[in-house]
Amino acid sequence: MNDMQFLTWVRGTGLDIAVGIFVLGVLWRLIEIYSLGRKKDLSPPREAAGASGWHTIFRRSVPPPGMVKRSPVSYIGGYTFHIGLAIVVFLFAPHILLIKDLTGLSWPALPSQFIDLATVVTMAAMVVVLFDRINKPVKRYLSTFGDWFTWTLTFLPLLTGWLAVHHLLLPYTWMLALHILSVELLLIFLPFTKLFHAFTVFGSRWYIGKINGHRGVPV
Amino acid sequence: MSASLQKGINALKEVIDAPIASYFNSCVHCGLCAEACLFYLETGDVKYTPIHKLEPLRRVYEQEYTLLGRLGKMVGLSKAVTDDELEEWKELVYDSCTMCGRCSMVCPVGNDIVYMVRKLREGMAVSGHAPDGIKGATKRTVEIGGPMGLKWPAVANVIKKAEAATGETINVDKPDVDYLVLLSSMEIVNFPEYLEALVKIFKKAGISFTLASDAFEATNAGIQIGASDIAKVIVSRIVNSAEKLKVKYVLSPECGHAYMAIRWEGPNLIGRPYNFQVVHVLELLDDLRKKGVLKMKDKFKDPLILHDPCQIVRRGGVLESPEPLIQAVAENYIPIVDKQKMNWCCGGGGGASAIHTDEAEALRAKAFRIKKRQIEEAGVDTMVTFCANCRIVIEEGIDHYEMNTKLLGLTELLAEHLED
Repeated sequence: MNDMQFLTWVRGTGLDIAVGIFVLGVLWRLIEIYSLGRKKDLSPPREAAGASGWHTIFRRSVPPPGMVKRSPVSYIGGYTFHIGLAIVVFLFAPHILLIKDLTGLSWPALPSQFIDLATVVTMAAMVVVLFDRINKPVKRYLSTFGDWFTWTLTFLPLLTGWLAVHHLLLPYTWMLALHILSVELLLIFLPFTKLFHAFTVFGSRWYIGKINGHRGVPV
Repeated sequence: MSASLQKGINALKEVIDAPIASYFNSCVHCGLCAEACLFYLETGDVKYTPIHKLEPLRRVYEQEYTLLGRLGKMVGLSKAVTDDELEEWKELVYDSCTMCGRCSMVCPVGNDIVYMVRKLREGMAVSGHAPDGIKGATKRTVEIGGPMGLKWPAVANVIKKAEAATGETINVDKPDVDYLVLLSSMEIVNFPEYLEALVKIFKKAGISFTLASDAFEATNAGIQIGASDIAKVIVSRIVNSAEKLKVKYVLSPECGHAYMAIRWEGPNLIGRPYNFQVVHVLELLDDLRKKGVLKMKDKFKDPLILHDPCQIVRRGGVLESPEPLIQAVAENYIPIVDKQKMNWCCGGGGGASAIHTDEAEALRAKAFRIKKRQIEEAGVDTMVTFCANCRIVIEEGIDHYEMNTKLLGLTELLAEHLED
């Protein structure tokens, strides 16, 4: 297989397989989780301002009092790489073109120099949180194979994308094909690893907000 | 697999619902819950990380309710939960967790960890892996009537004393009054002044009330150990009595877990709403304060801080009553940094204070250091709280560290300064 054949495959068959597994996987996992349902709470609710599932979906994006000081790397590193990922994935011109091809939707892009900077910052933040995971006893204790694996799955698209844009390490075609392949791996594994929090985070925050909101506690 | 273990696993399968499934799938192993747990913070031992305490529940979830987990179990990749493991987890689920729920407040993905601990205890209790101290309290509650083994004569004695002190007659088993007053054993034994305070305040407010000889104990050891069937039996005593006496309200005492049991878990345990309302004593007092009934003759002068009991405030939702009440009676109330729904637990809730092994007591003493620091940083000699169990645990802590902190109950403090 030469470079063009490889690129054609990852752009065609490879992408179809990955997107197929991703979509079916996400649907399957969502059904598997949320069809378990829950019992109705029979105690009479207490009304309180700001105590609901929807409030908590937003509120949990803000650190509780005193917590940034206790774990600065988790918060600063966490915010940086999540926001950075969102910028790089959704505001880079070639990515928007791909999304337009697939869905017909389109929006303005950020200048590529800015995306370049965002990529470097995001990768740096990911390296920092990785060191924090190795360094901090609680994080190290909780870590399983899945944590190292998903870190790699998330990091590779950033790295290969950045290398491809800068024509480094490998010829452009090869690197671009590897970049797409790494994204496909991410899509395939996302529904079956902790990366699935990208979906369940909304359900979890809603539930905790709803359950505690019933007792009049905005959490 | 032993029969009791099978029962435990079945109990866990039974309690796993969509929130739990969502929570386990959302956890990214960030470890921030540890930073909210007094047992981790005061020991530095990583095994006390709250989400780790749920490991047996997580594995049962994965193995029973996910496709990959079932496959993993079939090919032997994922090991089954064993009796040895649950025995090891006993310390993590009971001794070092007071179900204070502070971890649930900080989890960035919104995992309600304390909700899951409560559910895990169902499996622990059925499989026989609850601590002896809580087992004993539960047994006494079922067989005798209360966790400390108190019977009605002890209550009658407290009533007699309160009548003598106040010059009022206290109703027993009287139907059609406004309130059925519940007590906790701790109040009966250690803080009988609570009833006197109530009598004074009720008289002032013109509210009628009764005690019930068949339902005086408000606490519910069934909930602490995690046995819903037992919890139902215990709460039914109150429900039956209240509905028989046709009271409008049942007054939950200061005790935190009692409030959780009767106000929030009760209707779900018996499977229907009540025919009466449950009111926490502080909600009633704050209501009376707003109406102008609760007038003070003078104020408590010494600077003091407030300890917000977890089950009443953070988990029970009585958020807005305590501060206005303390401000009404104290001249120098000092708000602390982590207060109200972010307050630190006394270290002995959720049944932990009933565990009397050397290890559990040493751990509680360590965990109390966080409370000690709060007192010291505020530079006060007085702390006020409104939970009989918190009071016992904090007094043990004060003795242990030979502090000269005075601990007061809020209801009694109010009664003491009430206008005659």
